[in-house]
Amino acid sequence: MSAPVATKNLIEVRDLQVHFGLNTSFKSRLTGRGGASVKAVDGVSFDLAEGEVLGLVGESGSGKTTLGRALLGLVRPTAGSVKLRGEELVGQPERALRPKRRHLQMVFQDPHASLNPGMTLQTALAHPLQIHKLTSGNAETEAKVRETLELVGLYPTERFATSYPSDLSGGQKQRAAIARAIITGPDLVVADEPVSMLDMSVRAKILDLMIDLKHRIGLTYVYVTHDLASAKFFCDRVAIMYLGRIVEIGTVDEIFENPKHPYTQALIRAIPEPNPDKALPRDLPRGEIPDAARPPLGCAFHPRCPKAFDICGWESRDMRAILEQRWVEGGEDLYNAERPLVGDLEKLDEAGHDAFVPAGSGKDPGALLAMLEKIREEEPDEPLWKGVNAMNAEAHGVRIAFEPGIDPPLYDTDSSRAACLLYKPE
Amino acid sequence: MTATSTVTGTPDKPPIAEPPKRRGGILSKIAQPYKQSHGIQRFMLVTGTLVSLLFIFMAIFAPLIAPFSFDTYQSDGVRFPTQGEPSDLNPWGTTVQGFDVMSRTIYGARTALEVVVLAVAFSLAIGVPLGLISGYVGGWVDRILVLIMDALFAFPYLLLAIVAAFLLTNTIDSGIVVTAIAITVVYVPQYFRVVRASTLSAREATYIEAARAMGARPRTIIGKYLFGNVIQSVPVIATLNAADAILTLAGLGFLGLGIQPDEAAEWGYDLQRAISDAGAGIWWTALFPGLGIVLAVTALTLVGEGLNDVLNPTLRRRRVKKPVISSSAVGPASAPEVESEVG
Ligand SMILES: Nc1ncnc2c1ncn2[C@@H]1O[C@H](COP(=O)(O)OP(=O)(O)O)[C@@H](O)[C@H]1O
Ligand code: SF4
Ligand SMILES: [Mg+2]
Repeated sequence: MSAPVATKNLIEVRDLQVHFGLNTSFKSRLTGRGGASVKAVDGVSFDLAEGEVLGLVGESGSGKTTLGRALLGLVRPTAGSVKLRGEELVGQPERALRPKRRHLQMVFQDPHASLNPGMTLQTALAHPLQIHKLTSGNAETEAKVRETLELVGLYPTERFATSYPSDLSGGQKQRAAIARAIITGPDLVVADEPVSMLDMSVRAKILDLMIDLKHRIGLTYVYVTHDLASAKFFCDRVAIMYLGRIVEIGTVDEIFENPKHPYTQALIRAIPEPNPDKALPRDLPRGEIPDAARPPLGCAFHPRCPKAFDICGWESRDMRAILEQRWVEGGEDLYNAERPLVGDLEKLDEAGHDAFVPAGSGKDPGALLAMLEKIREEEPDEPLWKGVNAMNAEAHGVRIAFEPGIDPPLYDTDSSRAACLLYKPE
Repeated sequence: MTATSTVTGTPDKPPIAEPPKRRGGILSKIAQPYKQSHGIQRFMLVTGTLVSLLFIFMAIFAPLIAPFSFDTYQSDGVRFPTQGEPSDLNPWGTTVQGFDVMSRTIYGARTALEVVVLAVAFSLAIGVPLGLISGYVGGWVDRILVLIMDALFAFPYLLLAIVAAFLLTNTIDSGIVVTAIAITVVYVPQYFRVVRASTLSAREATYIEAARAMGARPRTIIGKYLFGNVIQSVPVIATLNAADAILTLAGLGFLGLGIQPDEAAEWGYDLQRAISDAGAGIWWTALFPGLGIVLAVTALTLVGEGLNDVLNPTLRRRRVKKPVISSSAVGPASAPEVESEVG
């Protein structure tokens, strides 16, 4: 893809945060504040040049949709700044945002749910025009609707104008949703996984349509996807998201030719190879995405990172995961031998670099320490041990002192920018 | 990383072969549950509808059908007998006050229709907008409305209607309107609850967010996007409440509240006047108004339950979501479902 003619920044995002309150306790429910929160977007910064296509790529739950919605003010950021051509959007009341919405539009993931089932396409597409008073008179509105339907490939337009969403196929619905998004002549379109719910056969056509529209009416896209391969095809730049953060951002070439972050590297290795002879073993990061309400300390990727080392943020919960993993894989005998030595594992759920592993009731903490040392010897490659500074038997268990980790910001590398301590300048 | 789901459907071929299906008008919408139903459901629906229509017909054309007016006590200058047995002149006999039972029973249908139509209209006019606002706006508006409606709902319904009728009798002249308002107070919470609940789920629909994204005001979103999709749950409760309203109306009439005897014929009032007759072997004064109540209530209930049976399974089927199976080895962990607080 050719480099964009970057004139000026359309959008500037700085330290954007969207935290959702979980309202767990009765009191916080009653008062509407306090309680735990999900850090869906947790300090994201990037610029978006006019005419550029930025891909937001990440596993489900990494905060891509929330970031897209926050750009449009559909969800209120808890902190940070979003500027549209230098004008601050965060903190503005809904009333002040409404007129700006014609410049910022969204195409949603599920085309079957994003159109009002009770409206014909004519009514649905005319409504944004009426809201922003972009046309005068019904004839002009109708003409504009027809023109837009034609633009997205829904012709004969008179037939589609009178049809209801239930009359359309998935691809046609998404074309209609795109038509609704572009009819007000927006600058930015956030496309939230626009093809993930469509048939394979129509995905490429919809992406082609979006590229075509970009050239014809001059759009800037934020393309949200969990499919790195489609981002390669569609984007100028790519931001890899993990647990509400951008962990790597760079041009498509940088990200695909020379990925820096271990997470990006794993994602790229996991792209299915169409030629089965060349297919590498699929090497997805181990484990699951952690709970966004209680993210890991240090680098949030460290529990899954194959390259993690001492300062990546090892902590008590990792110890529990290692023990459970070992017992699951080691079989019943190992479990029966080792499990009784350890007390309540939930004691490890309190996140901290100073972990206390309780001994089983009536068990000698010394035996527990010996067991942990044995595990360490048996699995020297387990990166967790690099972060262990000391293990000491105490009265009722073993205390482990972990190396306090560092939460990496985006570091410059020789190509992209990556939030990984491997690139931390000395 | 896997695609969340793939929707199988007709592949994308822009010029569609056959013209999109035309939506029928309101008539075909009404006919739909009758076409969809079968067996016992259809029998219930059709019987209920026919009997209801019969009552409505009776109510509208009461002056033409009934031999006399509801307050006629004489014919050609000759007074009717009191508690007279069925005769050629008074086919269903006369009451203790010397009114014609047949005429009063037929006119009773008219009173019931007037009150029920008014009450349903009032309840809809109040309950539906409040439910929409409460469900869409949320926050403290919602909390206060829910509190009030729950308090009303917790009251025994007849007691509530009695209190309302009692308070209103001196301020409003028309007993029909007083009774209709009293009944409205009883049923508004039900519409409110149902509409609020469906608004709460519809509010999360993507097309509502899309409407916000295009810059629509809350008022427009409620009117153009929520109303049409939420209102579909209303016909069933409206019919069932209409049946209930007839009972409440009769209850109030029986207690002598609301409609005055000289204002209109009312089955409940007539039943009350007929109580002492029954012991004396005078069966006709209680039988016909009683039958009126039972048949009208049964008919409307049949329609309501029939509609419920036909409409709700399809509603339910449409709402069923595919279970998402996520395997930790390949798929992404499913994100925790968190309820959002939209202020
Ligand atoms: N309205 C909301 N209320 C509370 N939590 C939410 C809400 N929307 C999203 N989340 C949480 O924020 C995180 C990111 O979600 P999302 O942005 O949808 O991720 P993605 O689009 O990458 O799958 C998830 O943990 C999700 O549960
Ligand atoms: S900082 Fe880098 S090496 Fe360390 S855990 Fe994170 S991604 Fe892996
Ligand atoms: Mg998403």
